[in-house]
Amino acid sequence: MVVTKEENVKQTDWEPKIIGFLCKWCSYSAADLAGISRMDYPPNAIFIKVPCSGRVDPTFVLKAFADGADAVFIAGCHLGDCHYIEGNYKAMRRYELLKATLKQMGLDERRFRLEWISSSEAKHLKVFVTEFTEQLKELGPIELPTLAPLAKEEI
Amino acid sequence: MSEKLKIAFYWAASCGGCEVAVLDIDEKILDVVAIADIVFWPVAIDIKYNDVRAMEDKSIDVTFFNGSIRTEENVELARLLRAKSKALVAFGSCSCSGGVIGLGNLSTKEELLHRAYNTSDSTVNPDQVRPQLQYKEVHIPDVLESNYALDQVVDVDYYLPGCPPKDTLVWNAIEAIATGQLPEVGAVLAPNLTVCHDCPREKHDERTIKEFRRIYDFQPDEVKCLLEQGLICMGPATRSGCDASCVSVNMPCRGCMGPTDQVFDQGAKMISVLGGLIDSDDPEEVKEIISTIVDPVGTLYYFGVSKSLIKQSGVKKEVRQ
Repeated sequence: MVVTKEENVKQTDWEPKIIGFLCKWCSYSAADLAGISRMDYPPNAIFIKVPCSGRVDPTFVLKAFADGADAVFIAGCHLGDCHYIEGNYKAMRRYELLKATLKQMGLDERRFRLEWISSSEAKHLKVFVTEFTEQLKELGPIELPTLAPLAKEEI
Repeated sequence: MSEKLKIAFYWAASCGGCEVAVLDIDEKILDVVAIADIVFWPVAIDIKYNDVRAMEDKSIDVTFFNGSIRTEENVELARLLRAKSKALVAFGSCSCSGGVIGLGNLSTKEELLHRAYNTSDSTVNPDQVRPQLQYKEVHIPDVLESNYALDQVVDVDYYLPGCPPKDTLVWNAIEAIATGQLPEVGAVLAPNLTVCHDCPREKHDERTIKEFRRIYDFQPDEVKCLLEQGLICMGPATRSGCDASCVSVNMPCRGCMGPTDQVFDQGAKMISVLGGLIDSDDPEEVKEIISTIVDPVGTLYYFGVSKSLIKQSGVKKEVRQ
């Protein structure tokens, strides 16, 4: 059983919810390795296994935000290492464009990140998730720039 | 059929182009009048809101509702016409997906009013005068905090997208109503294919975008795919039914027909497409290429900010039974 040490978890009233899309060939294996190696990191991130970072449709990211995620990240193989040759390049291009779009919509760009984590970099994953969680605790809960709810009174 | 059909048209927050689109069916409008009575159409016939209020519930067979919901008056009429109509058709991009004025959702109501009455280039207003909502017994409907698509306010039976809807689609819809051959409730009365499917241009399936350009920067090639030339053409993420009218005359598609049935968010799908077309593997260069898109939301969500996943999540409507 993995027991997270008390001092590694800062106690707060509110915990950020992070959704991560992890490529099964690298970042998800890194998460497995982190688990096997008994590494401690905050439990705020929910990992979703995808076949490739190039499989992450921008719709997934928007859906995650729309359904209440405080932050979203995509993790894939380092550039040049994609199992499908160019999936992570596509992810990188989509990420930049989606980030610009979200920023214009009024969403803090620090809530959406892209990270390259190979399957041996369990430590990198641990540091990334820890730092991201800390940063989000400073940012506080997300205020999604949605439409104002409409009063439902009947005529 | 012994009795004539009862049809109504209404315009909410719209430019009036959809009203003209109804007449784009030309002389066939006479066929419409032969089978139907127009019971309410503020732009053409003199019937007051109180006359509509006096009608029995569900007494109008079909209401074509164009324009988005931007003021208190729009909400009131949307709810009123929903109650009085058997079928409500969202007519045009504004009522289907919020329309161009949905871009107003990127600013607050106060910012918009400030711009309109204080800082716009054509305004001289040293006393900071604003219209009053109440004067003696007259009440002027207030502007709402956001701009909504029709189905974010009331249940909608059919969608007829387009800015404005193409005459062939309008006529098909009227024929379907006249013959009682309407599809399932909730259907979009246009083909479920993309604009690319109808587009006659040559596509080469290559990554070619080194820089995003706008239509006034250069004279696009008339045969090659517009996306390959660096113009953002929304064709791959947009429903067909328009016979590819814009791309046929060298104008990139702006996405007025909205997404196809399988797509949740038109802009996101377009980002997905562009990710495969930008011709660079260097993160810094990619950033530079993307910075040449002057207005990402205004380009990717030209007609659909109100219905984008992020904006829409503020309006959780109960699911229809």
